[in-house]
Amino acid sequence: MVDYVLFFGLALVAIASALGMLLSKNAIYSALNLVINFVSVSIFYLLLGAPFIALTQIAVYAGAIMVLFLFVIMLLGAESLGLSSTLPWQRPLALILAGVLLFEAAYLVVAKSGVLTRPGPVGLDFGSPAAVGEMLFSVYLLPFEVISILLLVAMIGAIVLTGRRDRMK
Amino acid sequence: MLPVQYYLGLSVILFTLGALGVLVRRNAIIVFMSIELMLNAANLTFVAYARVHQALSGQIFVFFVMAVAAAEVAVGLALIVTIFRSKQSINIDQMNSLRG
Repeated sequence: MVDYVLFFGLALVAIASALGMLLSKNAIYSALNLVINFVSVSIFYLLLGAPFIALTQIAVYAGAIMVLFLFVIMLLGAESLGLSSTLPWQRPLALILAGVLLFEAAYLVVAKSGVLTRPGPVGLDFGSPAAVGEMLFSVYLLPFEVISILLLVAMIGAIVLTGRRDRMK
Repeated sequence: MLPVQYYLGLSVILFTLGALGVLVRRNAIIVFMSIELMLNAANLTFVAYARVHQALSGQIFVFFVMAVAAAEVAVGLALIVTIFRSKQSINIDQMNSLRG
């Protein structure tokens, strides 16, 4: 019973904040709505037995990435770009296509999965930082190193892209 | 423990809202945020199935998706800043010429 109240309350918060992100005219309000959405999804991760991923979600997504977004919005001063569209037929078409996508995915979830699968209980150390770290540094060591190189390349790329052209010449 | 289909349904709704945001909004930064929302919905599915199969590999993959999303946001926002410098706008309807 507590599970149901918790899930549907949080699902309501997640969907409402996603809609708020979609509909608000001011980009800063969109970013703050997205922070609420990320935090509620991280609580879902906790419910699903993934405490390490939940806290990484808060630190990386709700912390670092959204601060980057807010910083760029304020740097550009482009927070209030309206909903205006130059292609008049685009919005109805987008709504129809999104409806089709929602219907197809919901059909796959409802019809193809058959009976409801309730996951069994897991041990206390499932998804703990120790368990995740042990797997990350043994089985997935090579992808981990590749990711570190990717982050380095992204950092260099961001610096090169935003560098002043006159200084580079 | 709730059935995993509930989490899948929530993930489907969040993914659709993200896709709708990419299609409807004209502000490049909000399009980027919608892409983050879609990545997040996919991550929720990964974690839900990691719980069902009691396999940590799903959670490890979510970790990698987060790292790729961070790299993508850094490069993408740098591109938006560069485009804003040359066009004085981040309306994606105005990015229709290849010559800067």
